[in-house]
Amino acid sequence: METIASVVTDPNWSPYVAGIGIGILSWLSFLISGKPIATSTTFARAGGMIENYISGGKAKQRPYYKMIKLKIDWQWMLVVGVVLGSFLSAIVSDDFQIGVWVPSLWSSAFGDSVLLRVFVAIIGGIILGFGSRFSGGCTSGHGISGTLQLAVSSWVSVIFFFIAGITTAHIIFFIIA
Amino acid sequence: MKTKNTVSETLQNRMDVAVASRSPLFFGLGIGIIFGFLLHKGGATNYDVIVGQLLLTDFTVVKIMLSAIATGMIGVYFMKSQGWIKLSLKKGSVGKNVIGALIFGVGFAILGYCPGTIAGAIGNGYLDAIVGGLAGIILGTWFFALMYPVLKDGILNKGDFGEITIPGLLKVNNWVVIVPLVALIALLLYWIEKAGI
Repeated sequence: METIASVVTDPNWSPYVAGIGIGILSWLSFLISGKPIATSTTFARAGGMIENYISGGKAKQRPYYKMIKLKIDWQWMLVVGVVLGSFLSAIVSDDFQIGVWVPSLWSSAFGDSVLLRVFVAIIGGIILGFGSRFSGGCTSGHGISGTLQLAVSSWVSVIFFFIAGITTAHIIFFIIA
Repeated sequence: MKTKNTVSETLQNRMDVAVASRSPLFFGLGIGIIFGFLLHKGGATNYDVIVGQLLLTDFTVVKIMLSAIATGMIGVYFMKSQGWIKLSLKKGSVGKNVIGALIFGVGFAILGYCPGTIAGAIGNGYLDAIVGGLAGIILGTWFFALMYPVLKDGILNKGDFGEITIPGLLKVNNWVVIVPLVALIALLLYWIEKAGI
């Protein structure tokens, strides 16, 4: 029998429950905070804050950082919340990963070298981070929040995210591997 | 009409109070916690699930996204029609949303996480996300900040189309787009389930 406790500890919820939940969360986000759910600007702010710390305050003068403002804002806290929320769910679902460097799908094609996986993740991250700011959003900001507002910019973006993502994944796993 | 105004005024007052105080940060944190919880429960903090979507063998990510979009769209446009909220659209251009999005997609497949799901993957304990992906994303956004003065008046503005919605583009009522779109999403999800993917 399903109890509330068994639902909370179940590691696999239906993707529709998660999706509808995120949809309702987006209502609350607009209603309470007047903002759509988004994450990628925070990574740019974090980079600017690091450069600012190293350079003794010079990074603030970069035009891009002047525009996005280097401060801990609503979205920064949202990203911190995502880490905490996922951690919480992983703990109650008994799915917290300890010492996992190489995802199993990756290792099935490329072996279990930690160095290779981390190197590729850094390269992928650089391209992803650059592209997220280039396109003005990510899978959350464009892919969910922008599309649900019917923004043309976001529908165009999400279509090209997946065109490039699907093509690249096939090249990685069927041509390179 | 009177009640509608009162409700929206009350909401506006609440919002002004929230913005004036420090509570926006706490609301951001709270919304993030629920978002992260749902991403993990749905399976979207896992490399295998995300890359499985890009390899078209696992449709979990598309199921989460499309059901979130359909649900979100109905509520957000309802609240907008009541005057409770304003939309927050991103300005678009061919340079940003085609070229930029293609770059994003390549990185998405190589890393196997996106900016939201990597935060979730970090919470889930995946070390390639913490050590590799996070560092890479921050570095990539920094490169963008360095190049921004050159890109800003060039490629980012190529084919500018501004802050426009699909109903705005088609010059029709919002619901003329929403109703068929939600039906189309439902049909697509039904077809995905029938195909067993």
